[in-house]
Amino acid sequence: MHDFSKLQEAVLAGNSAAAVAAARQALSEGADPLDLVLHGISPAMAEVGRLFEAGDYFVPELLISARATKEVFVLIRPLLAKQGAQPTGRVVLGTVQGDLHDIGKNLVAALLEGGGFEVIDLGVSVSPEKFIAAVADKKAQIVGLSALLTTTLPAMKTTLDAFRSAGLRDRVKVMIGGAPVTQSFADTIGADGYGENAASAVQLARRLVGV
Amino acid sequence: MHALLRDLLPGPVITDGAWGTQLQAQGLAAGECPDGWNLTQPARVETVARAYVEAGSQVILTNTFGANRLRLAAHGLGNQAAGINRAGAQISRRAAGSRARVFASIGPTGKMLALGETNEAELREVFAEQANALAAEGVDALLLETFSDLGEIRPALAAAKATGLPVVVSLVFDSGPARDRTMMGTTPEQAVAALVEAGADALGANCGRGIEGYIPICRRLRAATDRPLWIKPNAGLPEVVDGRAVYRTSPEQFAARVPDLIAAGATFVGGCCGSSPAFIAAMIRRLASGGRK
Repeated sequence: MHDFSKLQEAVLAGNSAAAVAAARQALSEGADPLDLVLHGISPAMAEVGRLFEAGDYFVPELLISARATKEVFVLIRPLLAKQGAQPTGRVVLGTVQGDLHDIGKNLVAALLEGGGFEVIDLGVSVSPEKFIAAVADKKAQIVGLSALLTTTLPAMKTTLDAFRSAGLRDRVKVMIGGAPVTQSFADTIGADGYGENAASAVQLARRLVGV
Repeated sequence: MHALLRDLLPGPVITDGAWGTQLQAQGLAAGECPDGWNLTQPARVETVARAYVEAGSQVILTNTFGANRLRLAAHGLGNQAAGINRAGAQISRRAAGSRARVFASIGPTGKMLALGETNEAELREVFAEQANALAAEGVDALLLETFSDLGEIRPALAAAKATGLPVVVSLVFDSGPARDRTMMGTTPEQAVAALVEAGADALGANCGRGIEGYIPICRRLRAATDRPLWIKPNAGLPEVVDGRAVYRTSPEQFAARVPDLIAAGATFVGGCCGSSPAFIAAMIRRLASGGRK
């Protein structure tokens, strides 16, 4: 197994240039691109998430690490595609209908991409119909619903209900998050998971697709 | 010290409570733009402002928290920013008359500098448009509230100060294991250093996770500066009951902690999310009784 410690240090430091250089060097030394994701980037991003949850990292640190990872993916995605390797998973994301806030969702999108997921970001105030169409069209395994306003929480339930009526509820995992969202709310409306913050959203997504 | 602020000192000065939930009680639909009501439903907005004046608020805000061009654009109102702000200032001034001061509310854009969604030059322009429109209607001060990112505050504060009005800057401290940092990791001490340096006339904390947590934050802000402190906590954290958000803190429970907040150094005290005119009335009753428990 190749030693990815340089790459991991660069991701943890949020140094995009150093991360890309370390990835290039590893590839030139014969490292397997999939190994680079599974044993280089993923553990580093998991550590970033741990540091965030421990209060050592805050939003700016999360963002620069996610950006470094994203740059590495630009380099290796074509190589992965050539090998026939799939993204970790495909996630449709959006802020629910009536809610125009997107900072939380954008953080989750940046981190999921950093974790190797393909993200289809539908933006803000997304109708249940748009979520359903995107999930069907893109064959996404996960749909992520975000809300900041307490007044738009009911739209999460409406969206889930729409998936049920469309007969698609069993084909997709639903994860929810946002300031007013709690685990008990997630349980009440029958979501598959709840992330307390952007970092835990990535771990949750990995768990939901079984990697 | 800015003369317009000095008149109100040493305090404590009772400010107002939440507007969003009060506007909803007036019929604002979920997802509808609250600021747009300044033009379309001015009488209903004035009802909210008057309720705070009636409850005894010495300072009321304006319904302009989200009235910057970037946020309004999401509602298709991006080109109406100036008019919405002017109307909002007029409504609150009408409601306040000579009984209360009007501090005009300016909130963040919702765009992240760190994600490249906006830049400093654009922010400077957007906040100048809002601050100038509010100042043109003769408000007593400008309040930058619910901010988390010092990078966004700097251009906003520069634009606000250029009007010549006193400027209050209030951050949300709700992150980190001790819930004593902003989302971006800034501590109360770091905030004071940066905001004093940038010329804030008063500063403080709003929103967050309830009055309990803001007492130690207030103490730390007070230890770091002698400027007036502005504190408006939430009425606790919402619980979701039957799909609706419910704030469990009662006006009396909230008011019972207000003397502690003042002892910790707060100059301006009010409530944020989940509070109402009943909270303001309860605070005033509590302070009139000499803060006895």
